[in-house]
Order: sequence, then structure tokens, then C-alpha cells
Amino acid sequence: MSDEEDDLILDELNDEELVLQMYDDLYDGMADEIAEAVHILLKRAWTPYDILTKALVEGMRIVGIDFRDGILFVPEVLLAAGAMKKGMVILKPLLVETGAPQLGKMVIGTVKGDIHDIGKNLVAMMMEGAGFEVIDLGINNPAEDYIDALKRENADILGMSALLTTTMPYMKTVIDSMVEQGIRDDYIVLVGGAPLNEEFGKAIGSDAYCRDAAVAVETAKEFMARKHNQV
Amino acid sequence: MNLLSKLLAEKDWLMADGATGTNLFNRGLEAGEAPELWNVDQPEKIKALYQDAVDSGSDIFLTNSFGGTAARLKLHNAQDRVRELNKLAAELGREVADKAGRPVVVAGSVGPTGEIFEPLGPLSHGEAVDMFQEQGAALMEGGADVLWLETISAPEEYKAAAEAFANIGAPWVGTMSFDTAGRTMMGLTSSDMVDMVQGIDNRPVGFGANCGVGAADMLRTIQGFAAANPEVPIVAKGNAGIPKFVHGHIHYDGTPELMGKYAVMVRNSGAKIIGGCCGTMPEHLVAMRKALEETPIGPAPTDEEINTVLGGFSSDSDGTGVSTAPKRVRRRRK
Repeated sequence: MSDEEDDLILDELNDEELVLQMYDDLYDGMADEIAEAVHILLKRAWTPYDILTKALVEGMRIVGIDFRDGILFVPEVLLAAGAMKKGMVILKPLLVETGAPQLGKMVIGTVKGDIHDIGKNLVAMMMEGAGFEVIDLGINNPAEDYIDALKRENADILGMSALLTTTMPYMKTVIDSMVEQGIRDDYIVLVGGAPLNEEFGKAIGSDAYCRDAAVAVETAKEFMARKHNQV
Repeated sequence: MNLLSKLLAEKDWLMADGATGTNLFNRGLEAGEAPELWNVDQPEKIKALYQDAVDSGSDIFLTNSFGGTAARLKLHNAQDRVRELNKLAAELGREVADKAGRPVVVAGSVGPTGEIFEPLGPLSHGEAVDMFQEQGAALMEGGADVLWLETISAPEEYKAAAEAFANIGAPWVGTMSFDTAGRTMMGLTSSDMVDMVQGIDNRPVGFGANCGVGAADMLRTIQGFAAANPEVPIVAKGNAGIPKFVHGHIHYDGTPELMGKYAVMVRNSGAKIIGGCCGTMPEHLVAMRKALEETPIGPAPTDEEINTVLGGFSSDSDGTGVSTAPKRVRRRRK
């Protein structure tokens, strides 16, 4: 068998086949192939929003499922996220141009004392993919930083992440500060991280605990829908 | 010969200590604060932490230096204080161990840098070695008997630490956290770890698992190690249950009785050094010591026994043995 026969030529695949191939390539972290496929779909007059949601976000959802089920681990997920990012870099400016729907704005960050951010980065990426604007504060955030950002950006959602049992209680500190300032009810508060669970999420006064990036997106959408219904 | 190796040669099993973070929280540590700063600001509480372990019957206790690398201290603007804080952590330990009236090992705790290694992340092998070396040297200078690498997820990090410790000629123990479907977060299985440990030039004095999920998973991991017939003694330092947030505190739901059973089961599965991690307080250690001393050695528990006494596993498979997980079929011929 010659090398040429082993190569898949993406442009020769029809739309349906190409999207399925993109799921595989995302799963395998093949960033260049994803970029190529995105260009092909753009050439075929797909809207940037459809490429994002039907190909990239859906592909990452499959990655997320296998991550949750212990089939893929952090290294594979990081590679997949890298591939998605390469696709999103192409689409982002086009999404703004074509007026893709904006579902809301989220401020996200890892709490004070904690530097772990893989999960947070995945959530940020998936939320952007789903149509949210995301302001990523990075790691080691004290309450003031979160609250200043929420006010400054006029955000809808606060997302907090922690990987250590020693830092997760700080989420309550942040929420208590919001209560003290009388602004708790102005925002949706979502929390996540490996040591967390639903009980903890409730006990500290958040709106929801989200166990992975896919759940975070669905939960955010639900809460935003509820928010609009309350007007 | 270092004290730990000496004790391992003399005894059938040794008991290590319990939690640091949990116990310091109970003493007033605030969430987000660096525990290592208490070596300077609240040394009496650190000595009390060490003393509690000794009083509960521990043969080994870990120093308050888990976050003591430059990478972690940087969060609190203390990256220039690596030598100061780690040396002090060990000195305080030396004080407590030297008046224990029996041999007690001061183990210099070395936790992960928190960074992801190249190429997926920013940390280079060389940088990691430097950081572990700086921290390790300070701990040994302060009087630690051995270095104790713990809660590691990535094999690259484990090996970088091994190299660093070889550079300073320090004896060491290294444990990893198996918290993701029976593997470490980076996908390493228990048998992978045995292969890795036995392949390193600078072998540790002990290797094994700490933290992770619950006691049942810890049992599965230890049995996974044992099945690979390691030449290095096995360490088991499992959590006392799962964390729950009760009245503003983190509370672990594992009882002393449960930890006593876990200790015996893990020893019967081949662990030679047995301790606890998150949530394990003095009362748990007392129960563990008692159970280990009063229960004769028995056969390794079956999965059924583990699940009945300690609870279910967090996943169907831990990656060792035959995998029944369906693999996704890919179209691309590679």
C-alpha cells in the first residue's frame, strides 16, 4: 500500500462524511486537519455558527463523554481542546461579522490559592462554542477580582473552579461577599471542580454545581432562559 | 542507612500519618491561604499537628511543605522563600520526632508543582528538576529523614522528582493519586506505575498511592500494584471518605471504624506503609493503629468484600486486566 492510499483527502468527503471525520480528528487531537476541514466547510458556504456548533462543539461533547467515562484522560482532552481551538480561531472573527447569537456573558476563574485550570479552560472553550461571551480571569482569584469583573463586564454568570479541597471553601467566601454587597441575586453562580459535588454546591449558596464542561453549558443555557422568562 | 529503610527492614508494617490540610483547617487555616506560611506564623500549631500524629501512633509523619515548590509558593508571592519555609517545616518536625521516645520518621512532603509538562503545558523537565531539587535540599537541610513525593498524577513529574532527589542524594518515597476511573488524572494505571518505578535509576524506598477517591478505590489500586509483583515496598495513604460541606466546614464522612477496616484490608493486600490522607484525623489514626496491632494478617479481600465493607468502586474498570470498554471506531487509516 502506498502512502497516498492511506491519506484521507478531506475535500473529497461530502458534508456528512466530513463532519463525522471532524469528530474523529477532534477526538485524536489533529489540529491541522480540523483547521483544514473548517476552511473546506466555509468554502462550501456553511455558516460559521453551524460549523462551530454542528462540527466542533458536538465533537467536543463526544470527547467530554469519554473523558467523564474514564476512556480519555487529561492529555487526550488537552490535545482535543487544542484542535478545537485551532478551528475556533478561524471562526471567531467570522462569528462576530455574521452576528451569531449571543446567549449571555460569563466571568470565569479558578479561586484564590488554586492554580488548576484545565477544567476551567475546557468550560470556557465550550461556553464560547455554545455562544456565550467568556471573560477568563485565569487562576488564583480573590473575591474582589470576581466581583469587579462581574460589574465591569455587566456579566450574567459567575463560574468558579477549584481542584483542591483546601481551596474550594473559598467559593463560599466569594458568594458571601456578593450577598453582603446585595448583588448575589444579580448573577447566576455556577461552580465546578473535581472535589466538588452537588451537596457542596447547594451548601455554599451557588445556583448549580456542574460536573463537567458539557453540563456547564446546558445549565448555563437553562438558567439564562429562566432569567429571560422572568422579565 | 536512613531511618525509614531501617524500620522497613525491622517491621512487618509501618503506620504513616493522616491529613495535613484537614487538620490545619480545624486549627483555623483559611481557604486560599498557604499552609506553609504557618511554619513561620504559627509554628506551635504545626508542631501540634506533628505531635498529634506521633501521639496517635504514627511511625512516620509528613512535614507541612506540600505546596513548598517555587511554582506553588509563587501564588502567595513567596517563591523566594522556598529554602526558608521548607527548612523550617523539617526543623519543626525534627524537634517533635526527637522527643518521641521511639523511632519516628520525619518525611519531607513534596507535592506537585501544579503545572502541566511540555509539550501540552509550560513546564520543562529541567525547570521541574530544579524546583524539586531546591525544595528537597531545604527539607533535608532542616533534618528530614526522607523526602516524600505525593499526590502526583503525571509520570513526567514523578521522574523529574526522582532525578532531583538523586542529584542531592536523598532517600525518597513517591506516591500518586489515582482519582480518575481507577487511574491517575493523566491516565496512568497501577501496573503502569509499577513499571515506571522499577524502571527509574534512582528507585524510591517506597512507592504507592495517596489521596484519590475513597477507600474502596484505594484497595483496588493497591491490589493492582501487588499483582505486578513490585520489588519496592507499597504505600497506601487513602482518604477518610468523601468531603461534605457541613456548617461552613469541610467534613469527611469516613468513620474511624471504617479507616480501621481499610487499614487491615490494605495491609492484607500487600501494603507495607499504611496511613490516611484527606479527612484523616487523630481519632482515625488511633483506630487504624489499634486495628493493625490487634488483627492478625489475613488474605487479601475480594472485590465483593471491599464493596460490602468500604463501598463501591468509582468505575467499572481501573485499566488493568482485560478492558471491556467499547472503543470508538475511527475512519482514518493511520
